[in-house]
Amino acid sequence: MMMKEIHSGGPAAVESEIPEAFSGTDIENCYQCGKCTAGCPVAEMMDVMPNQILLWVQSGHLDKALRCDAIWYCVSCQLCTTRCPKLVDCAGVIDVLRQLAAEQGITAPHQQRIVAFQRAFLENIRRNGRLNEVELIAEFKTRAFLKDFNVPLLMKDSLLAPKLMQRSKFHVIGEKVKDRGVVKRIFERCMKGE
Amino acid sequence: MMQFGYYPGCALHGSSNDYEKSVRACLDALDVYLMELEDWICCGATAAHSLNHKLSVALPARNLAIAERDGLSEVLAPCPMCSMELIKANGRLQKDAALRKEISEIVELNVEGKTETINLIQLFQKVGVDALRAAVKKPLENISAACYYGCLLTRPPKVLQFDDCERPHSMETILEALGASSVTWNYATECCGAGMTMANEATVLDLSNKILANAIAHGANCIVVACPMCHINLDMKQADIEREFGVKHDLMVYYLSDLVGLALGLDEKQLGIDKHFVVTQPKKIATAER
Repeated sequence: MMMKEIHSGGPAAVESEIPEAFSGTDIENCYQCGKCTAGCPVAEMMDVMPNQILLWVQSGHLDKALRCDAIWYCVSCQLCTTRCPKLVDCAGVIDVLRQLAAEQGITAPHQQRIVAFQRAFLENIRRNGRLNEVELIAEFKTRAFLKDFNVPLLMKDSLLAPKLMQRSKFHVIGEKVKDRGVVKRIFERCMKGE
Repeated sequence: MMQFGYYPGCALHGSSNDYEKSVRACLDALDVYLMELEDWICCGATAAHSLNHKLSVALPARNLAIAERDGLSEVLAPCPMCSMELIKANGRLQKDAALRKEISEIVELNVEGKTETINLIQLFQKVGVDALRAAVKKPLENISAACYYGCLLTRPPKVLQFDDCERPHSMETILEALGASSVTWNYATECCGAGMTMANEATVLDLSNKILANAIAHGANCIVVACPMCHINLDMKQADIEREFGVKHDLMVYYLSDLVGLALGLDEKQLGIDKHFVVTQPKKIATAER
């Protein structure tokens, strides 16, 4: 009885603010030890530390978590998930945040280049079934250029092309799967509503 | 003769075709036969799990379904991004009957989650360390390698259940059988930035520079990887790293299959080592024939 009374006061109210999309990540177990941040290889480049992002999601400040640059700087190396003493899937939490941000069209200015890359990647797979690197680079650079008109980015790596050709690593005509119809249908079914 | 299903993934059919060449030459020499999954599709990689959860299950699941249909119970995926995505999707499907039904409809093939996906290290383990040792023609006595695992070969351990995620040792064991030695160092499981090479190059250069510098500081004369993205970041981008940080690393980066192949008596060309960007010391590697 005693337990129930205590529970109905504090923590339960906080837990209920965690959106359904995070179920399976065990984010409610986070007790802010900071081990995720301590091991994160890109924490020093992030505007917010990974443990802060977890706290925001836990405490009903999802909007802040969706808008930070950090979720796009994450390189998905899984170190945070691996080392969490409370078995929270921290990298999984970041994935959910990126999915929600993408669905809602939320992207802070610094993240746009990375989002543009991921979108160009998926678009390429939808069309070909397999990745065509040359097409991806062209598409990414166009998308990024139209966003920030950054000429150095547009020209960067142009010296790489001949070196790749020399090594037979440059495939202008990429592989395509035979059954591209099924790939398109898989995308349609998965991206319904987006 | 051993047989395995084979999922090359986009990288090995793209700019990491030297990795595929190396894997195939090496496995040919070991009498391992690979059956490529018919009309396989991309696993979706980071883009799918960053942008659309359902796609990140469905894309790998289509490939698992192809493997199941064709009776391939064990599938080699030499790219750890692919193998992780295939293993993750397989586990989810295994646990959840409703998801199996939904995904089977989405991918237009029945999928149960019955496929065991293995990485390249696991394949060599299946061949057997003793069998490898017995097949060595040119012991790699001059190799002192930093074995680099990066992220996705061992992480997340709950999903992959392979080696020790903080102190892995599986590559070192294989190198020892080849007559090579390996160094103890600090960056074996640190991330190189993986697929962010294009989207966020600054991060990749910074992380990869630390990895190269640490390997050299601990006396390594090469790095060994079992991942196409690690190879791109440490080998192809090495010149950019040197320029960015004003350093000179000049460190060879081998795929694990390169070293196994060299020890088996194959040459650099057969293994595609001549296609690497940093080619500094192949002549010194192989010593007297056994």
